[in-house]
Amino acid sequence: MSRINRYLADTLLILVIVVVFTSLLLLLVGASPHEAFGHLISGSFGSWSKFSRVLNVWIPLTLCSIGLLYAFRAGLWNIGVEGQVVLGAIGTVGVLRLGIDSGYPMVTLFLAMLAAAALGGGWALVAGWLKIRGGVHEIFAGLGLNFVAMGIVLWLIFGPWKRPGIASMSGTEVFPRELWFPTLEGWRVSPYAIGIAILLILATSWILNHSRFGLNLKAVGHNPRAVVLFGLSPQRYLLIAIIISGALAGLAGGLQVSGIYHRLIPAISSGYGYLGLLVVMLANFRLLPIPFIALFFAALNVGSIQLPMMMQLDSSLSGVIQGACVLSALLVFGIRHLRSRGPGN
Amino acid sequence: MNELPLAVLLASVLATATPLIIATLGETITEKAGVINLSLDGSLLLSAMVGFVVGYETGSFLLAFMAAAATGASVALLVGIYGIYLGQLQVAVGFALTLMCKDLAYFLGNPYSRLQGPQMISWKIPGLSEIPFFGPVLFQQPLTVYAGLLLIPAIWWYFYRTARGLELRAVGENPQACYTRGIDPRRKQILYILIGGALVGLAGAAFSLGIKPGWGRPQGIEGIGWIALAIVIFGGWHPVRVALGAFLFALLQVGGISLQNIWTAIPAQVFQVAPFPLMILALVLVNMLEHKSIQRWLEHRPGLAQLLDKLKGDPPRALGKTFHPD
Repeated sequence: MSRINRYLADTLLILVIVVVFTSLLLLLVGASPHEAFGHLISGSFGSWSKFSRVLNVWIPLTLCSIGLLYAFRAGLWNIGVEGQVVLGAIGTVGVLRLGIDSGYPMVTLFLAMLAAAALGGGWALVAGWLKIRGGVHEIFAGLGLNFVAMGIVLWLIFGPWKRPGIASMSGTEVFPRELWFPTLEGWRVSPYAIGIAILLILATSWILNHSRFGLNLKAVGHNPRAVVLFGLSPQRYLLIAIIISGALAGLAGGLQVSGIYHRLIPAISSGYGYLGLLVVMLANFRLLPIPFIALFFAALNVGSIQLPMMMQLDSSLSGVIQGACVLSALLVFGIRHLRSRGPGN
Repeated sequence: MNELPLAVLLASVLATATPLIIATLGETITEKAGVINLSLDGSLLLSAMVGFVVGYETGSFLLAFMAAAATGASVALLVGIYGIYLGQLQVAVGFALTLMCKDLAYFLGNPYSRLQGPQMISWKIPGLSEIPFFGPVLFQQPLTVYAGLLLIPAIWWYFYRTARGLELRAVGENPQACYTRGIDPRRKQILYILIGGALVGLAGAAFSLGIKPGWGRPQGIEGIGWIALAIVIFGGWHPVRVALGAFLFALLQVGGISLQNIWTAIPAQVFQVAPFPLMILALVLVNMLEHKSIQRWLEHRPGLAQLLDKLKGDPPRALGKTFHPD
């Protein structure tokens, strides 16, 4: 019971710090904190249509975050999620383009999702391989690959996949409706996509906490030298972890295409890869809080969209709040760390 | 206009490289003392915004650069406090700060978007700027270029020829030993985090008041901070080689612009992102040299091996590890 209490106390403390900080910031630019918070809440939870938009952010953000958890378990900073999302989107668009006239839209969509996971995982494998064989820290390998992915998307949009007539930053041609992820009347979000996300959360929970693979992975992350004594190959586990991580990110990219944009755009990843890293940090690298934090972050993202119009504020306020959450969480963890070391120690 | 005159090209490489040189040297100082400040991509942007806004409001370049330096130093100080005193992962704090500073810059800088602000003009050094070819390349540049170029030998001298520089390197290599010798590694690290961060801040202002003048969304220097971090590794934590890495990146950027006109079939956007992966590729190649099979191949080629040995450098041994005095 005391652990839960402590957890709630920490959460409350973090929220108080963030609200105070954000209010001060808003007062600094001469805006009313009350009004801004009001817009953030009504813009995200105000109606079903708005909330379904929040879910549309929640799905890919959650997929990226739980994917990152696999990499973190193995001790890897998979900063390349961003590029893996992009590659997933490219894979989906590629398959959907081939399947436009096939007459089997559901099969095409299924294959497109597989392609998304495969390309995302493959892209992550490159970063993992560079780490293991090239000795390049995965942060820089991942970042480099993010830039390459960006280059590929731009090349596709302005080159081979350009819209007939004009190529522009608005992306490739929109797919016909039967290749959109199926949804219900009046829904902006596909229930299938929500189902996939929930299934993957449950699967991850089992794999990381109850399977032999999860246990071994944890061991590899904690002490790669010792696991060799147990006949495990740390390198293999690192590669598998980063491939799973990339596959989940790729799937997020695939859903961005088939569920939301229905075409390839330059900003197809929406920065969810980087944001996912913040989610996982705020969750203190644990699975259980991830879906809730992702929902909170998604609500901030969606709620802030109307800030420029209603209050002439930049929508990047959501990012500031998200960053402040992580920093104050690290502060709270840090103070706990200091106190656990005891005074005079 | 397929070919630019060589002098103009080189002058523009030099101008593009200097803010990057200042930032990479700042990070080199910080990392040499054993701390990773991963926040560069955000803190560059935030200090660029602060520099521009202060310059716009006061009209004073001095105040603008001071404010930008203070911004960079404050962000770096956060990394230091969290990493060194609160026992948090330096990489985690740095990454969170990267994203937050970027958004903070856009949020606070929003009212100043697309305003015509002050911009540094080049400062001709009398006499020297008249020299043919070298004059226009070296001696008709904004003040930041001269400052950046002077910084390279200055930092080299400090690192390798002064007692304090030796202490700095020792703290990054073996803080425990320093502690027993009566040097407090944590205070040293905070000092060099502040200096390094201030340089990053100056670099930010050198962008927004110099080669990428003004403020707007996107600012045009996003991603530069990550490249700066990669260049520090590429340069093996050695100030001169780090500066050379920055020149190489600037050459790729400027070269890309000229190549756009030659290969018109490739979209211009590709050329804008191309230098980034190329820089990482260079990093991969330098790292590949460590590989056993290549080392074996080099054993029979002592000349080449010696040359390549000069190219690579080892990270400070205590880099990213937090020191506890007990």
